[in-house]
Amino acid sequence: MKIVLDRTKCTGLGICESMAPDFFEIDDSGALDLLHDTADESRRDEIEAAVASCPTEALSIVEG
Amino acid sequence: MSTPTAGSLVVVGASLAGLRAVESARKDGFEGRITLIGAEEHLPYDRPPLSKAALETGSDVDTTFRSHETLTNDLHVDVRLGASATALNPVDHTIETDSGSVPYDLAVLATGSTARTLPGTAGVSGIHTLRTVDDARAVKAALDAGARTVVIGAGFIGSEVASGARRRGLPVTIVEAMDVPLVRAVGVDMGRACSDLHLRNGVDLRCGVSVARVDTDGGRVRGVVLSDGSVIPADLVIVGIGADPATGWLASSGIEIDNGIVCDQYMMSSLPGVAAAGDVARWHNALFDTPMRLEHWTSAAEQGAAATRNLLAEPGAPTPYTTVPYFWSDWYDTRIQFVGVPAADETRIVSGDTDDGRFVALYRQGDRLAGALALNHQSHIMKYRNLISKSCTWADALEFAASRNTAVSRL
Repeated sequence: MKIVLDRTKCTGLGICESMAPDFFEIDDSGALDLLHDTADESRRDEIEAAVASCPTEALSIVEG
Repeated sequence: MSTPTAGSLVVVGASLAGLRAVESARKDGFEGRITLIGAEEHLPYDRPPLSKAALETGSDVDTTFRSHETLTNDLHVDVRLGASATALNPVDHTIETDSGSVPYDLAVLATGSTARTLPGTAGVSGIHTLRTVDDARAVKAALDAGARTVVIGAGFIGSEVASGARRRGLPVTIVEAMDVPLVRAVGVDMGRACSDLHLRNGVDLRCGVSVARVDTDGGRVRGVVLSDGSVIPADLVIVGIGADPATGWLASSGIEIDNGIVCDQYMMSSLPGVAAAGDVARWHNALFDTPMRLEHWTSAAEQGAAATRNLLAEPGAPTPYTTVPYFWSDWYDTRIQFVGVPAADETRIVSGDTDDGRFVALYRQGDRLAGALALNHQSHIMKYRNLISKSCTWADALEFAASRNTAVSRL
């Protein structure tokens, strides 16, 4: 699956980092770094949790 | 998981937790009838922006989560807005509302909390709490008109309004009954460090005084009289003195209530088939082995989903809902973030400095890391959230903080 970040919505609250730290990290400027933009199926639960946790709905999953 | 496919799920409360409850039910394959009951006339909407972006000049922030079409056509939810729940009858399995009775097989109670008001000020124009989108529109209109602003209570919502008013250059006074603001949320030392942000941004902060009365003129607020006799002229008064769980409507239901609907670790209430979520729920957070009632965005969203999932789970197969509490607040140019719990034997600054308003403070309970507060340290805070979730020791937390500072200083 592909992880898509909409930077126009992201405000760097960072909840995604606490859900899936291998994929998301807030940098020192307060912006979100997408560490990997694709994820193996075995990581689906944590990616879905990260997507659902975003207060600004900045994250989404594109299948395939 | 064999999700029940028939029957009816009634969700009482159409805010974040209620919305997540219905979305979670459909995602998990529930095919029965879903009714979403909301007291406000508005579709479910997001509240954090109401005290932030929605107050800015020229803003017309629409924070509606989902369209009516999405809720009714895609999720097949019977949405009933402007309907206040008035009672729950556990024998007949009905939710009574002021516009009719709704039968339930399963119910999620997510009626939220109600902002406390200043006694004796009902009907006075210019005095507002800030909980709903209607509140936010009224407050923004007053700020647009250049209101001299008095904020009662130096909590997070009042502080965000103060910040928005100062950004427009308006005069702001904050009145706080305690000697130090935010003690319950972040402790004494850090409460002081946060409230320094107000002083740096030109707010007249008055602590240790209370409101004696409000002066009015023709039904409009004109000023606030304090317990020390001082009078502050005001066109807009924001009352931010906390909120109470909205449980009054449940008085006759027999459900167990103790500062919120008492829930077990699965978000189940004392009544069979009835769960609770969001501000109104006081559940057992097994991670801290203590009951908690949180008024945070993150827990409301997660609990809405968790409550439904456990209601629909097979007997004996529910999942405990645990979390490291997290909240954020934006004041002036500062993002304040807190994870964990603030009740602590010790707080220690591990990065930055309180003098310049950019720092990380850790909270120790016994030999464990219990909480972390960050002001403009967004890259640090979630790492501490993960450490707390793993029951990190204090010594390991300090070691991590030291390594973090070294890493940053090398950049």
